[in-house]
Parts: sequence; C-alpha cells; structure tokens
Amino acid sequence: MEDRPFNDISYERFLSEDKLMGSRCQKCDSLFVPPRSICINCHSFEMKWTEMKGKGKLVAFTCIAIGPPFMMREGFDRKHPYVTGVVELEEGARVVGRIEGVDGTRPENIEIGIPLKLEFLHRGEGANSTTFLAFRPS
Amino acid sequence: MRGQRRLGRGVAMVGAGMSKFGMFSDKDSKYLFAEAFHEMVSTIDKGLDPKDIDALYLGNFTNDFFVHQGHWGPIVSDLLGLAPRPATRTEGACASSALAFREGVFAIASGFYDVVLVGGVEEMSKRSTEEVTQGLAMAASPYEVKAGFTFPGVFGAIATAYFAKYGASREHLMNVTIKSHSNARLNPKAQFNVSIRDIMDQRIAKAKSKGEIAPTWGDEKEFLRDPRANPVVAWPMHLFDCCPISDGASCALLVSEELARDFTDDPLYVVGIGQGSGKGLHAKEDLTYFEATRYAAQEAYGLSGFKPEDIQVAEVHDCFSIAEILHIEDLGFFKQGEGYKAVAEGLTRLDGPKPINTSGGLKCKGHPVGATGIGQLVEIWKQLRGEAGDRQVPIRDLRIGAAQSLGGTGGTCTLAILERR
Repeated sequence: MEDRPFNDISYERFLSEDKLMGSRCQKCDSLFVPPRSICINCHSFEMKWTEMKGKGKLVAFTCIAIGPPFMMREGFDRKHPYVTGVVELEEGARVVGRIEGVDGTRPENIEIGIPLKLEFLHRGEGANSTTFLAFRPS
Repeated sequence: MRGQRRLGRGVAMVGAGMSKFGMFSDKDSKYLFAEAFHEMVSTIDKGLDPKDIDALYLGNFTNDFFVHQGHWGPIVSDLLGLAPRPATRTEGACASSALAFREGVFAIASGFYDVVLVGGVEEMSKRSTEEVTQGLAMAASPYEVKAGFTFPGVFGAIATAYFAKYGASREHLMNVTIKSHSNARLNPKAQFNVSIRDIMDQRIAKAKSKGEIAPTWGDEKEFLRDPRANPVVAWPMHLFDCCPISDGASCALLVSEELARDFTDDPLYVVGIGQGSGKGLHAKEDLTYFEATRYAAQEAYGLSGFKPEDIQVAEVHDCFSIAEILHIEDLGFFKQGEGYKAVAEGLTRLDGPKPINTSGGLKCKGHPVGATGIGQLVEIWKQLRGEAGDRQVPIRDLRIGAAQSLGGTGGTCTLAILERR
C-alpha cells in the first residue's frame, strides 16, 4: 500500500477496495483527501497514506434535476433528482460525493450539518467498473 | 504578494464592440467576431487602419469541443486580414477573454506593442443542452464531475452553504434575477431583453389565445416561485437563476497611453487589472467566497489606487444568481454576508448607488463563455462614455467602472478597472 503513488489513479483504486484514502504530510501533518503529492502548506514532498474512518457532516448540497449522461443512465431525471454535496470528514478534510438516503424532491428537509457515514457505490463491471464515493445520514 | 504591481507604461482602451448575444443557427464564430469588430471600428472616432494592429489576443474556451476546431487565433487573424501578425488564444474557462484583455494590456505596458486587438468568441448553441453541459464541465475539477456535479449544481451547493451561514433564502436570489431582467429589457444586444413582468404577460396572453385558463401570478416573485414557470435545475438553482447557452463575440482596441488621442478624444484608461486562481470545491475552506476574486481585486485595487467605494458601476460574473451576491461581497462593495441584503434594498439597481450588471448580466445579456469577459468591458465602456442609451446609469460625474470575471468554479478570477479622464 505504501508504494502506491500519491495520485488520482491510486485514490480511485483504493475506492474500488472500499477504502477512502488521503495523504498526510510527514513534515507538517497536513491532511489531503483526495491525496496530493506536494504539501500545499509546507511544500514538502514527503507524504504517507492514511485511511479515513468514514464519518462526516454535510457542508453543502444540491439536488440535480438535469444531470450528465452517466447519471441519467442510472435512472435520475427531472422527476427523480439525485443529491450530491460537500462533506467535511471527522479528520478535517473535505470531499465531494453523492448523498444517498435523502429525498432530492424535498430539499427543504435536507439540513446542513447533519452527520453522515461513508459508503461506496460500485457501478459497471470489469474494465468499465467505477466506484463512487457516497454518504448517507448516520 | 511581494511589492507593488505596476504597468511599464499606461494603456488606453479606444474602441469596443460586441455582436448581439443569443442562439443563432445561421451565424458562426467568424461571422460573430466580424460583427463585434465592425461595431468596435465604428466606435473609434478618428478611425482605425487595421494595418496598425500589432497583435491579436483571443479568448475562447470550448470551440475545440463544440465546433471541433481549436486553433482560433489565426482563424480570426486571417478573417480580419491581420496575418502574418501574431495571434494568441487564451483559455481561462468562462474568463477566457478577460485573460486576453490582460495579456493585451501587458503586451502594450511592456513596450513591445503599441496597438493590440483583444477579443473573445464562443459558439455553443448548435449543440444539445446535454453536450453543452458536458463541454462546460471540462472547467470543473474531475472530483466534482465524478460526484455528479454540474455547473448549476456547484453554484447550488454554494448557495446552500451561503444560506446556512447568513440566513439568506431563494427569495433573495429572485431579487437578482428580477433586476437583471429589468436592466436587460433596456439592452438591445441582450439575449433576453425582456423584464420578468414582460414574460408573465406573454405567458398569460399565450394561454388566453389558446383558450386555456390564464395563470394568475400576483407579482414577479410569485411567478418565480411557480415550478411550472421556473423549474428546478439543481436546487436551489432554478431556470431563472441560470445563464443561458449563447453564441457571441466581443472585442476592444488597446493602445499605449501616448497614442490614445490619435484614435479618440474620449479614451478610457486601464488603471487596474488583477487575476487570481482558486481551488476545487472540496479544497475550499469556506464555500461562501472566492479567494481568487479577492486576490484579483487586491491586485487591481492596489494598481489603481482606487478602493471598492470608488467603483461607480460594475459588471460581475453572474453565471448563476448566487454568484452575483458572492462577487459584490468579494469585491468589497458590501460586507461579507450582506450582499443579499444590499440587493433586496435596491442598492445594486440601475438607479441605485452601486449599479451592478446594467447590461442584464450573463443571466440576460447571454453568456457565450469566451466572449463574456470583454463583453462586460464593452458595457463599462458604454456606461463611462455616456453611450448606454436607455440603461445609462444616472450617476453624475461617472468616471470609474469595473468588470469582474470568473472561470470554472472560481479557478480563474479577474478584475479590470477602467477610468475616464
């Protein structure tokens, strides 16, 4: 695990293994999710992988009625909007991900600050498989 | 930043023009640019010999994707008969021509060139809405795209964070939309030059002519609350919070300060210019402001010596209604968290103390992305010279205006300040 380069390819592979991984600067302890290979705080190149526990809270969200083709193929449309948002992890870093288990047609019932837990959505098969980062109310 | 920003010599804007913005099945990028150039030439009182143009800087974002042709600098140079003089394309997503303007200013300030044409062009409407959405997503971060974010979605999420922090609501965003439409009603170049009231009247008349029951909206906000009239796109962004898909072009002629009066007796001077870059949505510490705009503003104010309160009229990048509120705060016109109140109080109206987006903004004037940055400066050009017609701001001694652009989700932000002397 330690040998994987600190980039988006590794990040995606970890997701497919049900792991949300970030990089932590060995010099100043700054945390980056998705990983960065260069610390933007102290500009060190010394990073180590660290796994997130998967707990967080909702910072911002949107309910999308007109989405890109890959979301429409999952069955979302104007009558069935999906929810996506920004989540602040317990460890302090923020990530963007789908928000599951909430009603996209009732945005007024979705509250900023609600506690969320991580889940992984595996879609497609073989070479076309992708894992989407998602959260749902805990 | 280390030290004070400075220009090697003064730069003046001596001409400006734009095509009509809209969706045109019969106009291509070259035709649109020719239209803008034609208007620009007509504004140069003492005439322009195109042979005097030393170089072209052209902003364009997505013609690679939408027109399958990426190399637009020389195409436009050839169109205008400028070849073999150099042509450079700039890309900064929706701020692409704001970067062309900046490069043009630097080229003259450095002393390298004396006369530079800067412009922007975009041709978007011949593609489906899905293709345009996908093309514009090229300006977002890959993480946002994968999470299903669209551009209305990014600004929708920003709005929810702003609402939660400052107690604003959708009703406040409606004030921005209503104002943009009432300004655009007075702008013949605007894609939607109708007020919300005009649209309501048209819909009522249409229903009556079909023998249907006419809708009975009490006022503009009731119309905007009606999901049949104003459906959700990416909550809380609804149709009337979003700029349209547009085709269009814009351009301006920049010359060294000492040459300005050879072209016109009424030049504008580029006194402030700034640019910043920003991070993706997940990496921002706070979603309710754009650090890139604040940086650009600091640079431009520092260079000009002017303060936010000195800016008398401004165009800001209202790709979505919430963006206008964030920008007027980031530029220091209003305090953080109070922009929505200023709009509600009418302070940003055409007849208010700080008129914002007198052109109708991106929402109503249209947003042909690569043409927008200089399109905004065309409006400031008209306002400062007193040539804005029915939408001329009634401020006396109008002499300082500014235009702010944003690319992507705040990845590239700019501010330019113009002064009439």
